[in-house]
Amino acid sequence: MSVQGIIRTSQYLTFKLDNEIYAMDITTVREVLDIIPITKVPQMPDFMCGVINLRGGVVPVVDLRLKFGLKKATSLKETCIVIIEVILDDEQTILGILVDSVLEVISLDPEQIDPPPRIGTRLKTEFIRGMGKKDTEFIIILETTKVFSAQELAIVQAADDMPVPETSEGANAEEEKNE
Amino acid sequence: MNESNRFIEEFCHEAEELLSGVEDAVLDIEENPGDQEAVNRLFRAMHTIKGSGSMFGFDAIAEFSHHVETAMDKVRNGTVPVTKTLIDLILVSRDRITAMLAEANGDGPPADPREGEKIIASLKALLSSHGAAAPDENPPKETPEQASEPAKPVQQNQAVYRIRFSPDPDIFFTGMDPVILLYDLADMGECSVVAQTEKVPDLENLSPESCYLFWDIILTTAKRINAVKDVFVFVEDKCKIDIKTVEEEVITSEQMPGPRLGDILVERGDIDRKTLDKQFGTRKKIGERLVESGALSKEKIKSALNEQTVVSKMHKSAAASTVRVPSDRLDKLINLVGELVINQARLTQVASNREDTDLGESVEEIERLTGELRDSVLNIRMMPIGTTFNKFRRLVRDLSSQLNKEIELVTHGAETELDKTVLERLDDPLIHLIRNSLDHGVEPPGLRELKGKPAKGTIILSARHKGTNVVITIQDDGAGLNVDTIRQKAVEKGLIPENAELSDKKIFAQIFAPGFSTAKEVTSISGRGVGMDVVKRTIESLRGRIDIDSVPGEGTKITLILPLTLAIINGLLVSIDDDFFVLPLMSVEECVEIKSKEIEMINGRNILNVRGDMVPYIRLRDRFHMGNRRPEKEHIVITDVNDSRIGFVVDHVIGGHQTVIKPLGPAFKNIKDISGATILGDGTVALILDTNVLLESA
Repeated sequence: MSVQGIIRTSQYLTFKLDNEIYAMDITTVREVLDIIPITKVPQMPDFMCGVINLRGGVVPVVDLRLKFGLKKATSLKETCIVIIEVILDDEQTILGILVDSVLEVISLDPEQIDPPPRIGTRLKTEFIRGMGKKDTEFIIILETTKVFSAQELAIVQAADDMPVPETSEGANAEEEKNE
Repeated sequence: MNESNRFIEEFCHEAEELLSGVEDAVLDIEENPGDQEAVNRLFRAMHTIKGSGSMFGFDAIAEFSHHVETAMDKVRNGTVPVTKTLIDLILVSRDRITAMLAEANGDGPPADPREGEKIIASLKALLSSHGAAAPDENPPKETPEQASEPAKPVQQNQAVYRIRFSPDPDIFFTGMDPVILLYDLADMGECSVVAQTEKVPDLENLSPESCYLFWDIILTTAKRINAVKDVFVFVEDKCKIDIKTVEEEVITSEQMPGPRLGDILVERGDIDRKTLDKQFGTRKKIGERLVESGALSKEKIKSALNEQTVVSKMHKSAAASTVRVPSDRLDKLINLVGELVINQARLTQVASNREDTDLGESVEEIERLTGELRDSVLNIRMMPIGTTFNKFRRLVRDLSSQLNKEIELVTHGAETELDKTVLERLDDPLIHLIRNSLDHGVEPPGLRELKGKPAKGTIILSARHKGTNVVITIQDDGAGLNVDTIRQKAVEKGLIPENAELSDKKIFAQIFAPGFSTAKEVTSISGRGVGMDVVKRTIESLRGRIDIDSVPGEGTKITLILPLTLAIINGLLVSIDDDFFVLPLMSVEECVEIKSKEIEMINGRNILNVRGDMVPYIRLRDRFHMGNRRPEKEHIVITDVNDSRIGFVVDHVIGGHQTVIKPLGPAFKNIKDISGATILGDGTVALILDTNVLLESA
């Protein structure tokens, strides 16, 4: 069984996230970077971990673990930032993706890819383009346009949802909200 | 194919420019029918459009402009008077040519040929009715004006005069100071003076009371030769004065190269042709050769060189003095310079860490150069706002006659320069504001007279620089905003509570709410209530702000404050923990150090006592939920935003920073407090705070 829309053998970049293998169409990937300091941007949901300086440009970085509801990584030893190109609001945008480790580039034929299962994954079905098989392992091929749509990314955490620091400053924060 | 496309594009650009010139000229003529210069301008523009039109195969345009040109020729000769009908016809013709151009360019609907014929027919009718046979139809007041016209010098044509002024050695005894005369000349135009010292004797023979100097002057001026001669009228008898016209600017002489230095010297009689020819054996510049061989003094050559420069400059300015560059190339250049600035900052930081004076010196030099480079690159994008202002003259003219109002548009500061991107996006908001002033602001003439105001309303559009900002005001002398009506409407729409006590300014601000309109009926011009909110949003997206002032019965004044450029701002770099933030330096008033304890004492109120003034503050650490590791001493940056003082508490104030603004992109579009990011010298990213938004939420 094959997936509609996948008719050609394509190359995919595979990476690991919490012991599972994911893949992205290689044509969306620009480069892979080692982890570098990330500047946090306030008032953004946790999975938007901030911005980095990519050769003079400011590039937002998404922590894919947090985006997919996993726990924050404990070790950053092999953590990489995958730089991809997506269309946000009709605008070509460069985005960094924080992943546990980058594995390899593989080729998959259309018949090696199955449609996404309706149940059994923690991801929204629309996030998955298909399930690839390599040897005995499953590879979750991501639909980057859906995962990284403007709607999915541009959610600003309302100030009220923020944890209020439980200190003497609590009063201050309260005050701020009330005003 | 591509090549010819490029020519067509070029032609369209040129024609567009000429057409906007046409509009200006027409409106000038309407204001002042005797303005021969504007008539000439108009004629020339039409002539050029006709010429290049037929050259590039736009025969329809060429033919059409021919008729307009004929009409202008008649006006120029004085056979046809300037009337409202004529002005209207020319404006319609101009629009017609614009439409034809758009069609030729492929981005407009095909222009209806019948419409063109109609315009030509009415032009012809107008011309024949004012033919030379019927001069008595001219309004009588026009005739004397036209008669006096030819005597007036043509203002635009500039001439270069060469003057050799050799005063009498005893000139000081007459009480005349030759320097004063030189100043007089300098006032007339561009003037370069070289003093000739060859007659100065040795010190022992020198009499301090005599004048040994004589001067060579090259004067570029629009004044006539008689006016130049008048300067010397009191010293004429005693001094040798030689005035010659070197060059009169002729529009057609664009391609002629400047005269050669040798020719100038021979013409002046400083040297004869033989001596000159002898020098051509050697290979140096003729000037140097002549000096070396002792044939001429250095000063003489210098003055001749001056003349050469001035004359060639004139040739150059007559030819194209501008280069058209696609704006994306400019954008790329600006981006590159932005990166260069960032890297240079990094280099400076690295150099300051090593105590190497050689390195330090060259880095300093690079710092200076990058600064200059940055300024001049940003300058390329700067455009005078006048072009935008001129568009509004037509708008005001057309709309006021449509509304049966008499309104004059006065503009100030048309030369004020602004970044091109800012300027382009300013068009729509300004049009909207001016329309509002025309429609809602200025009352009909009858009503105005009842109120004791002049029947003719005035809209003043002005622009000026203020620090790193540009302030644009639109002021009318109309009815002003009605506080009560706005208030009522705002309450109706649920924008403000009914019993709210608000200042007039706050109430005026309600008109920026979406869908707000107090106009009782919707006209084609305004009143639909879309617009003011769009105006506000556009101005804010340009990092600007908008203010309203209004006095009932006296008028409304809308002030737009905009940054000069969107690319670089002066910022104040601050830090909280390891994160860096930039505050726009423009709004910063002072930085004060506060101890944690002081804050503790007034905790819960978020107000700080700064030398007796109560200043509300926002602790950015809390606002951005950045944990609680506050240092012993914090700093408060006090800013003046929209006329209210507010402090921002940060850990450290690092200092001024030339901030190259990088947009955060669509992923962060919902973030309000941050307006962008920048990259610091060491490569880390700092966020730029939007003080306006922070203030509103405080």
